[in-house]
Amino acid sequence: MNLPPHIVSPGKKRPAHGDRTPVYALVGNPNCGKSTLFNALTGLKQKVGNYPGVTVEKRIGETYSQHGKPIKLIDLPGAYSLAARSPDEAVTRDVLLGRRADTPQPDRILCIVDATNLERNLYLVHQILDLGRPVILVLNMMDLAKKAGLHVRVTRLEQELGIPIIACEAVNGRGLVELKLAMSRADLPLARHRWDVPVAVAPAVAELQASLTDSDARSPLVARAEALLLLTDFDTVRVAGSTPLSWRTTGILETWQKRWDGEGTDWAGSLVNSRYEAINRLCTGLVQQDGTAGPSTSDRIDAVVVHPLWGWLVLGSVMTALFLSIFTFAEIPMNWIAAHVALLATWMKGAMAPGDLRDLLADGAIAGVGSVLVFLPQILILFFFVGLLESTGYMARAAFIMDRLMSRVGLNGKSFIPLLSSYACAIPGIMATRTIEDPKDRLVTILVAPLMSCSARLPVYLVLIAALLPGDAVPMLTEVGIMLLMYALGTLGAFGFAWLFKRTLLKGAPPMMILELPPYRLPRLRDVVLQMLERASLFLKRAGTIILGISIVLWFLTTYPKHPDPAATATQQIAHSFAGRAGHLLEPTIKPLGFDWRIGIGLITSFAAREVFVSSMGVVFGVEESNEKNTTPLREALRKAAWPDGAPVFTALVCLTLMIYYVFAMQCMSTVAVVKRETNTWRWPLFQIAYMTGSAWLVCFVVYQTGRALGY
Amino acid sequence: MSVPLKLSELAPGASGRVKDFPKTGSTFLRLREMGLLPGTTITFVRAAPLGDPLEFKLRGYHLTLRCEEAAQITVEA
Repeated sequence: MNLPPHIVSPGKKRPAHGDRTPVYALVGNPNCGKSTLFNALTGLKQKVGNYPGVTVEKRIGETYSQHGKPIKLIDLPGAYSLAARSPDEAVTRDVLLGRRADTPQPDRILCIVDATNLERNLYLVHQILDLGRPVILVLNMMDLAKKAGLHVRVTRLEQELGIPIIACEAVNGRGLVELKLAMSRADLPLARHRWDVPVAVAPAVAELQASLTDSDARSPLVARAEALLLLTDFDTVRVAGSTPLSWRTTGILETWQKRWDGEGTDWAGSLVNSRYEAINRLCTGLVQQDGTAGPSTSDRIDAVVVHPLWGWLVLGSVMTALFLSIFTFAEIPMNWIAAHVALLATWMKGAMAPGDLRDLLADGAIAGVGSVLVFLPQILILFFFVGLLESTGYMARAAFIMDRLMSRVGLNGKSFIPLLSSYACAIPGIMATRTIEDPKDRLVTILVAPLMSCSARLPVYLVLIAALLPGDAVPMLTEVGIMLLMYALGTLGAFGFAWLFKRTLLKGAPPMMILELPPYRLPRLRDVVLQMLERASLFLKRAGTIILGISIVLWFLTTYPKHPDPAATATQQIAHSFAGRAGHLLEPTIKPLGFDWRIGIGLITSFAAREVFVSSMGVVFGVEESNEKNTTPLREALRKAAWPDGAPVFTALVCLTLMIYYVFAMQCMSTVAVVKRETNTWRWPLFQIAYMTGSAWLVCFVVYQTGRALGY
Repeated sequence: MSVPLKLSELAPGASGRVKDFPKTGSTFLRLREMGLLPGTTITFVRAAPLGDPLEFKLRGYHLTLRCEEAAQITVEA
């Protein structure tokens, strides 16, 4: 066999890692096709979790070598540089440097680069080669490069770097066999990688390297790589779970930085420049451009998609399609789930002996979790759409178009899709904020997302609109008008609070809006569906226990203490329960809003999910068979409801105030659970409950009292 | 030789060579790491429908910058 001289022949091999399963890390820039390659290599053999303490997805998969030996793969978050600017990049850096106790330091590294855009992609590779680990370089998107008239001389690059280089098209599986072969090799060569560290920085590198080897237990090569990073990265992004540096290393770093700042040395910049000089040398004569390439397909698409006029039309159509499909496709599975949850609860009641345990399971656990499960189809469709927008490249365009508007309240364009998704359901919206790099922008988006009127508010709005207007048939125009008012109010609230938070609580550095517009790609259904299922299962796993817990508490509050008369109706029971008493207790605080204790019960029980308000009112007012489809009996009952002095409770003004209350108040345990998981603390969900409920009360107070003063 | 102008002042479709930009700030360090260095050729592709941010092409990829940042970078045609 004729092997290139730099490849160590199998005869002289020395087992690199004994019998232990080798660990490969996949590293690359965002949009380089890394996830597609990871899916192609691992198939369904992958696990998605979280890095403890940070909300960065941890994806680990398994594949097999040519000899049938297992290989472990860690798909690290996309990064432009190891000088991290976001939590995602910080995790990538920390895993590669062996700073995370929860993740093994990879034995080998697969660097994936976009062949159409070699220089920028090689910057990260250049940093990684410093680590002194065996690296396989994958030149992905060779098909696109060819289309753009680019010829990459792969053999030449291989000779220059001395590591295996695989030309690959991950989307159609081309190059995968060669990659597997390279990954199966027992011994991989190290890169012939030399570059000139700027003279001014060199003594600092040496000193830091010594300190990192002695005081931070790094191997010499990793220590050198880390020293170089520390000197590029003056404003370090730190994340939980990362082992901090020793005081000695930190001290040395600070001394040098102070000295250079005093002298006016552009130390970080000179390091970047030297790297790019090395990359330019490497790339000279490497890529050949065929003739003058005309505008690419992407350019032609963009001429329409971000056009000053057509751009809005496209954005509007995409969003309309999104919402239409949510409301049309979700309805059937939602009804199916609701029916089956009810069936399961009934079956449980028949199968078990009457008693508290039976009621706990049927009315508490099943009904409670069921009230969240009905939204699963919507959540899935939203995840699917968000995945589709991400993988085609449209997401970045939407952010580009909307950035100007979002910047008015201090956010950036990346908050747009998460906030928009929240009109259907805040949960996928909040989970979609992961694409926002800036932690403060992300937190603000999470905090205001539930103010967007979600679909669970619809049944509440509908019942109250029906109760608000006299007569049986609600005029369509009025209904739509009031509905729009509620949506506008929520949107206004969300932007108002975002503005407020960005100015006070979460005041941050001036926003960074460096956004790459990747070339358009046809989405791969498999990747999108896989991602959708992953996200959905993450939601169920993470939020499941909290939702179950709150469901049981709410059940307990409406069931105990038991009414002394065993023949008491459900209405009498709920009035007698803790929830009923709490309603009475609550009455003085909600009376200024025009609400009585019975509405108070509804406010408590609908903390499970807003639409529970409708069924709760059904129980409180003794309406049999009240449901979202047929609101007539409930509407009649609400109209008859009266204060002890005989005045009607549900006046038009009260109905309106109550709707406004639901616009603002945080009445959704799933959102609380997701925010807890996404922010890793109870502080933010509790703050969110407080500020939303507080503002709900305040707005309702103003509306109701003004209404009263005006004579309504 | 031409007069240096701000990156935000390039006409759509026009290219220039990066001359100078602020040495400090994490935004500009990141821009350097993404290959926007003195001497790099950069093309202004288009502005967003509302006039801000701006889309540029450099080293074979497309990048957007807000006017505020682009105004701090000087280029020569």
